[in-house]
Amino acid sequence: MTEDQVRAASAAVPAAEAAGIHKQFGSTQALRGVDLTLWPGRCLGLVGRNGAGKSTLVSILSGIYPADRGAVRFDGAPAPALGAAGAWRRQIATVFQHSMVVPSLTVAENVFLGRQPQRAGLVDWRQMRDQAAQIMAEWGFSIDVNLACADLTVEQRQIVEIARALAAGTRCLLLDEPTAALERAGIERLFARVRQLTANGVAILYISHHLEEVFEICQDVAVIRDGELVLTGAATGLSKDELVSAMVGPNVAATRADLAPGGARPRGPATPAPEPCLVVDHVSSDSPGGRVTDVSLEVRPGERVGVTGLLSAGVATLARIVAGAAPYETGRVLVGGTGPAPGRRDLNLKAGVGYIPEDRQAEGFVAALSVAENATMTITDWLARVAGFLRPSTRAAAAAPLARRLSIVSAGLSQTTGELSGGNQQKVTVARALARQPRLIVAITPTRGVDVASKSLLLAELARVSDETGAGLLLASDELDDLVICDRVIVLVRGERFTEFTEPPFDREALIAASEGMARDADPPPDSDSEESR
Amino acid sequence: MSETPDPAGTAVADRGRAAVEAVLQGRSRSAAAISLLREAALLPVLAVLIVVGTFVNSAFLTVSNISGIGQQISALGVVVVGESLILLIGGMDLSLEGTFGLAPMVGAWLIVPVAAFGAGTVLNPYLGILIVLAVGAAVGLVNGVLIVKGRLNGFIVTLGMTIVLAGLQNGIVKGNTLFNLPAAFSYLGSAYLGKVPVSLVVTVIIFAGTGLFLRYHRIGRAIYAVGGNRDAARAAGIKVDRIRLGVYVAGSILAAIGGLMEAGRVSAVTGQQGYQEGIIFAVFAAAVIGGVSLQGGRGNMVGAASGVILLGLVQNILDLANAPNYWIEAIDGTVILFALVMARVIGGEATAE
Repeated sequence: MTEDQVRAASAAVPAAEAAGIHKQFGSTQALRGVDLTLWPGRCLGLVGRNGAGKSTLVSILSGIYPADRGAVRFDGAPAPALGAAGAWRRQIATVFQHSMVVPSLTVAENVFLGRQPQRAGLVDWRQMRDQAAQIMAEWGFSIDVNLACADLTVEQRQIVEIARALAAGTRCLLLDEPTAALERAGIERLFARVRQLTANGVAILYISHHLEEVFEICQDVAVIRDGELVLTGAATGLSKDELVSAMVGPNVAATRADLAPGGARPRGPATPAPEPCLVVDHVSSDSPGGRVTDVSLEVRPGERVGVTGLLSAGVATLARIVAGAAPYETGRVLVGGTGPAPGRRDLNLKAGVGYIPEDRQAEGFVAALSVAENATMTITDWLARVAGFLRPSTRAAAAAPLARRLSIVSAGLSQTTGELSGGNQQKVTVARALARQPRLIVAITPTRGVDVASKSLLLAELARVSDETGAGLLLASDELDDLVICDRVIVLVRGERFTEFTEPPFDREALIAASEGMARDADPPPDSDSEESR
Repeated sequence: MSETPDPAGTAVADRGRAAVEAVLQGRSRSAAAISLLREAALLPVLAVLIVVGTFVNSAFLTVSNISGIGQQISALGVVVVGESLILLIGGMDLSLEGTFGLAPMVGAWLIVPVAAFGAGTVLNPYLGILIVLAVGAAVGLVNGVLIVKGRLNGFIVTLGMTIVLAGLQNGIVKGNTLFNLPAAFSYLGSAYLGKVPVSLVVTVIIFAGTGLFLRYHRIGRAIYAVGGNRDAARAAGIKVDRIRLGVYVAGSILAAIGGLMEAGRVSAVTGQQGYQEGIIFAVFAAAVIGGVSLQGGRGNMVGAASGVILLGLVQNILDLANAPNYWIEAIDGTVILFALVMARVIGGEATAE
């Protein structure tokens, strides 16, 4: 559909419109003349690499900062003044990656946060509950409005945020990486919700690193690169490759082939299996984040073992146990033949385990400290000279090669890590894990929230390190794209070892089926074409 | 938004390389200038105070007055170092006030004769000094174990501890004041090297040593990491609990040293040293004015020292100006609030260096 047809179909006025937006931060030109239009009843997918300007654009559209030049209009009228948060929220609402609900309050309170219905100056609780329930019913969401948000799942919290926007009368939604924390079934339900919202005339801006999602639910696609929209058009007229090359740009496109982890690596002559660098022996743990029951596995030097399953299946728990970041009740974990005490990350590090945690915001880096300091945080004992003293320049010199290999984009290694984009923060986290030249790398969803090109780069780097240094890799991830670099993949279901795939390339469908606890049949069908396994 | 403006794109590789090279050539000059500006955020305020002081009283800019200020703020300064360390790991310790009083009191009690309300043991004064430090360490250890191992709230634990310590302090001497302190015991707080008080020299050394330790020692850097993001520090293999415990002990020992200085300065230990003056408020004020974050992970010794100096100058100017006694605290408090605002306006948020 051309833009004219869209205009005709949706009767004229765009729900939100950004015209010629420029934004500069210090010496960085974050946006250069971006025009973006959201039409009622349509979902626009916005894709771009980390740091391309997506977040800046979202912030300007949500009224968080002003544009240097250009205008934002809602329903054809100029946007409210920047300070008028209430007025902005009636026009447009953003659902961020990180949940913005107040956990200790009920669903109804969160839906009406800051604008509770009142009677005689007091909160009218009954009306608030009734209205919240009515909104839930109207849009087909089934959540008890009297529950505390702390008791909700991530998916339900997201619904509360959407309901909050709808209750404020907003008919324009920005969804920023809404599937990042959802399970597959949750994603399907989210898609159904998005379709229902657009069918009812809501305009949606959908931001995602997952191009399949964009093709699945967006009618239109816009690609942002270096602060400019380089491609806009109807989703049906574009291929995934076109999007990727638009995102990556002409200069880097040539090197993309080198970065991409090329599926199965060439296998050398069958060397006699060396001693395993990791032995997990009948380990069980009752972790609330996903229990693990009687799991055993081994990783040999240079071997890359994937662990996957649903979010609740204990995949992350198992990896945390191996990394020494979580305790376990029974069983044994041996790293290089020794068994560091359960839950003692410091001993585990000394035993040679590098750890890339699941939630980089929570565990990946210290925001107030520099890139160099974060990247070398695991090796201060190596860098220290006399009596534990070390110089910042020593740290910078040690961090520089890591930063170069991982292409960390920063204003310098002394920039504070909190100022970097999400993808670059993840690279800092990876650098921290690799700095100590680990004999075993434990990585949990290492590419979550990272753009396509950086994703390939991170995976290629993990693969390269394991090839060159003989480090074992335990890669726990529910993103099947990550598992491409693995030699074998173990699937956990409800905390138990369900099955194992030993022959890469792995079949996507078979992995999904196994994660759901179906098809115990271990080996995938032989014809897994490359498009499927990517 | 977690993502801040950050240009990626066509020249990613080039830019990254350029950045790396820039760093290898040493920290860029402008960044260093900004960091200096932040650390020195209080300098303009201090300069204004000095000008004001000069006008208020001609005795202000004399060697004896300046060295008097130095002696007065030394004890406070040492406690501020201790509190700053604890704030940096994301903790807080109200009971430094109690340690400031109890530690020198126990030491003095065991060394002065019964006639001066001592215990009658009349120990060697040097042993008494060791006891002062030991009491500090013991209090810090109890706090640390309760907070770190017992996972109790630091605010409540140390609030309770403050009351316990104050009660012990008063109870041991039954409200009396210990006097007749031996010279060795009061040396730190009362002696002069030429015209410079020994306490000031020691305090400057403690500030400088702690500052260098925080900036250049692996444990110093780990303190920032623990305070900035405890889980990330743990994931990086830092012994978080041990560092927190150690800092609580170190902070209490510093409070005990501060108390020893105070006892020497006034040549006595009252049953209320510390909490009578409400020293903990001055300690927090100095640290926070100096840019040490109450959330942990941010702040430095340059800032903390300027906070202490600021409080000392304000106090001294009010004294010299003969400010009316009944109003002195209101004026004092107003100046502190003003300094806090100035420091924020000029310096922005404190850095982790």
